[in-house]
Amino acid sequence: MIEELLHRPWPWYVTGPLVGLVAVGLLVIGNKPFGVSSSLRHLCAAFAPGDVAYFRYDWRGVGLWNLAFIVGVVVGGFVGGVLLANLHPIAITPAAQASLTTLGIHDFAGLVPRELFSWRVLSTLKGFVMIVGGGFLIGFGTAYAGGCTSGHGITGLADLQLPSLITVLSFFAAGAAASFLLLPFLVPR
Amino acid sequence: MRVAPAAPAAPAATSPPRLLGAYFVTGVLFGIVLTKGELVSWFRIEEALRFKGPYLYLVFASALAVAAPGFALLERRRARAFTGEAISLPPKVLGRGVRYIAGGAIFGVGWGILGVCPGPLFALVGAGVGGGVMVVACLAAVAGTWTYGYLRPRLPH
Repeated sequence: MIEELLHRPWPWYVTGPLVGLVAVGLLVIGNKPFGVSSSLRHLCAAFAPGDVAYFRYDWRGVGLWNLAFIVGVVVGGFVGGVLLANLHPIAITPAAQASLTTLGIHDFAGLVPRELFSWRVLSTLKGFVMIVGGGFLIGFGTAYAGGCTSGHGITGLADLQLPSLITVLSFFAAGAAASFLLLPFLVPR
Repeated sequence: MRVAPAAPAAPAATSPPRLLGAYFVTGVLFGIVLTKGELVSWFRIEEALRFKGPYLYLVFASALAVAAPGFALLERRRARAFTGEAISLPPKVLGRGVRYIAGGAIFGVGWGILGVCPGPLFALVGAGVGGGVMVVACLAAVAGTWTYGYLRPRLPH
């Protein structure tokens, strides 16, 4: 019973407010703006700053908290995704299931489709474009925009910042377009 | 995790890194929320981006319903953080706005085809999905950020 409860996925009205609390919590702890993509910049600054001015700053002073935070996220991903893993296929809407089935997805177990995320798929051209190309664009775009779904989508919007609203509208529009127009060509058949 | 506050000679740009343990623990909680709340789920993201279900939008709305009044309260009360700093969020500079439209769009395309944004990217590394293949996506994201830094002087903002 308890076991079953621990493995059950959380509903939106638990998840959303907790995300909001994390953002508030970081401000309360040390006046830190909630955001994840800045950590990608700090990783570059720490390990490969090169001659690039953008990476020449005191990353320890500015970003060590953010790196501690994402190391925590990795650990939390293990706790939530492995120790407390959902034992059943995901309960997306029937309409979503139908739409993704048309794309070529048949296995709805786990956090990501097994049919898309594996070393074997990565070794194919489609898989390479999806995993390496997708990852690259995420890193490039979030740095360019100065934030991602957390920094702009939560922190910026919650602080009523216009640049964040512009960014959020832009990435939602582009994300929908990519899902409809590009994803069909990247799912292995 | 605890690291001695900034190297002696280095002038601290901001406050020295304190409370690293607290940020780590908050990160662990966030990682658990991301996975148990299925925000790391490719299925949930694509469901939202294909407009086939309200889940992600409800999460965003309810997160903002907590964060927005929380921020407003902290700023209006001129509250101080545990570190003693006055709490304030730096305003983002709009400028011509090109960076927000273009950067957002580029990120959006990556988000749409990978079905993952930066927070989940790290959480999925921890969850070990696909035999650890997310590490590659994570390194690609770091490479993307590095490339932006390199090209930055030549890009419109």
